[in-house]
Amino acid sequence: MLSGRKTSLSALASCAMLVAMTAFSAPAPSLAMSAATPQTVTDTRQKSASTADHSKFKELDKPFRTGPEVTEACLICHTEAAKQVQHTKHWTWESVDPKTGQKRGKKNIINNYCTSTVSNEKDCMACHAGYGWKDSSFDFTIEKNVDCLVCHDTTATYRKLPGDAGHPVYERREFPPKSGKFVDPADLKKVAQSIGKPSRSNCGSCHFFGAGANGAKHGDLDSSLQHPGKYLDVHMDEKGLNFACTTCHATSSHQVSGSRYNMAAAAKGPAHIRGNPDSSPAACQSCHGNKPHPQQMAKLNQHTAKIACQTCHIPEYARNDIGTELSWDWSKATRMGEDGKPFVRKDSAGRRAFDSKKGAWVWDSYVIPEYRWFNGVSTYKVIGDKIDPSKTVQINEVGGSPDDPDSRIWPTKVHRGKQPYDTVNNTLTVQHTGGEDDTALWHNYDWQKAIGAGMKAANLPYSGKFDFVSTELTWPITHMVAPKEDALSCAQCHSKDGRLKDIRGVYMPSRDANNLLDRAGWALALLTLIGVLIHGGIRILTSKKEG
Amino acid sequence: MTTNKIYVFKRFERFWHWSQAMLIIFMLITGFEVHGSYPLFGFAKAVDLHTLSAWTLIGLWVFAIFWHFTTGEWKQYIPTTEKMIAMIRFYSVGIFKGAPHPFRPTTLKKHNPLQRLAYLGVLLLIGPLLWLSGWFYLFYADWQAWGVDNVLSLEWVALFHTAGAFMMLAFLIAHVYLTTTGHTPTSHIRAMLTGWEEVD
Ligand code: HEM
Repeated sequence: MLSGRKTSLSALASCAMLVAMTAFSAPAPSLAMSAATPQTVTDTRQKSASTADHSKFKELDKPFRTGPEVTEACLICHTEAAKQVQHTKHWTWESVDPKTGQKRGKKNIINNYCTSTVSNEKDCMACHAGYGWKDSSFDFTIEKNVDCLVCHDTTATYRKLPGDAGHPVYERREFPPKSGKFVDPADLKKVAQSIGKPSRSNCGSCHFFGAGANGAKHGDLDSSLQHPGKYLDVHMDEKGLNFACTTCHATSSHQVSGSRYNMAAAAKGPAHIRGNPDSSPAACQSCHGNKPHPQQMAKLNQHTAKIACQTCHIPEYARNDIGTELSWDWSKATRMGEDGKPFVRKDSAGRRAFDSKKGAWVWDSYVIPEYRWFNGVSTYKVIGDKIDPSKTVQINEVGGSPDDPDSRIWPTKVHRGKQPYDTVNNTLTVQHTGGEDDTALWHNYDWQKAIGAGMKAANLPYSGKFDFVSTELTWPITHMVAPKEDALSCAQCHSKDGRLKDIRGVYMPSRDANNLLDRAGWALALLTLIGVLIHGGIRILTSKKEG
Repeated sequence: MTTNKIYVFKRFERFWHWSQAMLIIFMLITGFEVHGSYPLFGFAKAVDLHTLSAWTLIGLWVFAIFWHFTTGEWKQYIPTTEKMIAMIRFYSVGIFKGAPHPFRPTTLKKHNPLQRLAYLGVLLLIGPLLWLSGWFYLFYADWQAWGVDNVLSLEWVALFHTAGAFMMLAFLIAHVYLTTTGHTPTSHIRAMLTGWEEVD
C-alpha cells in the first residue's frame, strides 16, 4: 500500500478533522474516492437494485449552482429526509449519554487530535453533513442545509474542503495551497442524477481521514478499506463478502446504528441478525450470536462471558503501511526551523512526523491493542471540564469493571498526547487553529492569541496563562476483523507475559497461580521423593549388609 | 521359604488400575502445563488433551464405581486398625531387617491396612477434590445458569484443583515406591499385571 504512505499530508492547512481534504489530496487516485469506478462491485449491485433512476427525474434535470439547491430538489420527493438527518449525530454533532445525561459529540468534547471544533468550524465542518456551519450562529433547523450528496454521491467528484464550512468546491482551487494540485468543482447535476446508497468510500471520505490524515484517528479505519482483501477484513473483503459499512451499521430513518458513543459492549444471546429492537445490529453477536464457535470448540464459547469477540479476532489493527497515529504532541507546535521558518517533516514511512503548525506525531502500523474492561459507556472531557494537571488527563474514560456483567475485555487504541491547558482555571483550552485571520494558530503561530480567541468563542474564562499537559484517549477497536486463522492463539494471553498481563479481575490458567500453593505443592512432592529415596536407600544398604 | 502365588487382581481391576494410572500421569503432565509450570504440548493442546483425558477418566470411574458396587469389592477400602501398628512398624523398622511382611493379601483382603487408608484418601479426598473442582472448571460458562456464579470464583476452583493435583503427585511418588516393598521388589507390580501375587 505505497499509495497509503503518500496520502499522509504535510501541509495540512487546517483542522485535522477535515477529512475530505485528505481524501482528496491523496496523490494516488486509486485510493481516493474510487467508489464510482464501474468495476466496484458494491456500486453495480446498488445501481441494479434500485427501483428509481434518478437521471430520469425532471426535478434533477437542471443546472445546480450550490449544494443547498440540490438538497431542495431532493426534498421535493424525499419530504422527510432532511428532518430525519437533522435528528442524527451526523447533523447535530452531539450525543447524549443515556445514563449520565452528559452531552458529548464533536460539538462538545475536546479530543486528543485537533482538540476542539469550536472557533474552527469553517475548517472542521468540511466533514459535517451540512452546509454553512461556520460559527455558533448556525441554524440547525434549515432543511436545505442538509448535505445529501456527501453520503449519496457515487461519482467520486463531490469534494468538500476545509475553509468552506461544509460547502463543496464551487470553483477550481489549488489544494493543498501551494501544492501545485488543483481541485475542480463537481458537476452537481451529474452528481445528483447518479446518487446511490452510501458505499465504503462515502463513509470513508470522512471516517478514514479523521484527524487530518489517512488512518490517523481510528487505526481500524483507513483508505485501505475501500478495496480490502480478506487478510485485512473478512467482512469487507472485496472479492468475498464485500460488506458496505451499512451492512453492519444498519440504518433506519437515516439513523446509523452502532455509535462509539453508546456501544453494545456485551451483546448477549443467539444471533438475531436484524429486528431485535433492544440490540445493536452493529455488534458481532447480532449475526454470530454469543456462542459462535462450533461445539468442539466449546471452550472458546465460554470465553464470550468475559471477552469481546474483537479481542481475539482483531489481533492487530492498522494492518497496513498506512498505519495510525499513536501520539500527538501539541507542545512542539510553533517551533520553527533553523531558518526561523515553519517546516514539516515526515517519518520513514512518509507519514507526518512534525509540522510547525501542529506539533509532533508518532505513527505505527500493525499495532497491538491495549486491553481494557469496557461496558460500552465512555465519559468524555467536554469543553470547560476541570482537569488535574498533575496526572495524565483522560480525554475519555472507558467504563467497565471485571465485576460488571455487562463488561468485556476489549481491545483499544490508546492515543497519547500533550495539549494546552489554562494553568489557573485548570481547564483544557479551546484554541483557534484554522483560518486566515490574525489569531489563527496555523496562520500566526501565536499560542496566546489562538487560545484567547478559542476560549472567547467557547464562552470560557481564560486566565492568560497556559502550559501543556499529558493526555490519553482510549477508543475500542472493532474494524479490520482478521480471518480466523489469524485470530489470537490461546497462549498469547494464557502465559505469564501475555497480551492480558495487565488485566485484573479474571483468573487465567498459565498466567495466574497461587504462589503459596505452588511452593507448598512442589515442596510436598519433593519431600515425598526425598523420603522414598532415603527409605529405599536404607533398604538397599541394609539388604547388602545382610547379603 | 516357599513361594506361593495367589490370585488377587481380577481382569477388570487390572485394566482399571493401569488405564487410570496412565490417565492420571497424563493429566498431571498436561494439567501442570495448563497451570503454567512448563511448556510441552503448548497451552491450547494441553487444555484439549487434559479435557479429553478428564472425560475418559470420568467414563472409567463410572464403570469402576459400578463394578465395585456390583461385585462388593468396595469393601476392600473399608478402613481397619487390624495390623495397622504392625504395618507401621514393618515400614519403619522391619523392612530394613528383612522381617517378613506382616500382611498377607488374599482375594478377600487385597490391601494392607495402610494401603486401605491411602487409597480411601485418594478415593474420598483427592479424587473428589479434583473431580468436583475439575467439573466446575469445565463448566465455567454455566455457573450463571446453575446459580453458583456468586459463590464460586475461578480462582478458588483452580486453587482447589491444583491442590488436588499436588496431592495426587505426592501420592503417585509414594505409591510407585511402595510397589517395590513386596515379597520381591517387582512382585506387587507383577501382581497388578498378571493378577497373581507372590507371597511368602
Ligand atoms: C488426576 C487428575 C487430575 C490432575 C492431576 C489435574 C491437574 C490439573 C492442573 C494442575 C490444572 C491447572 C490448574 C490451574 O493452574 O488453573 C488443571 C486444569 C484443569 N483441569 Fe485438571 N486435573 C485432574 C483431573 C481433572 C478432572 C477429572 C477434570 C474434569 C472433571 C479436570 C478439569 C480441568 C480443567 C477444566 C482444567 C482447566 C483447563 C483450562 O484452562 O481450561 N481435571 N488440572
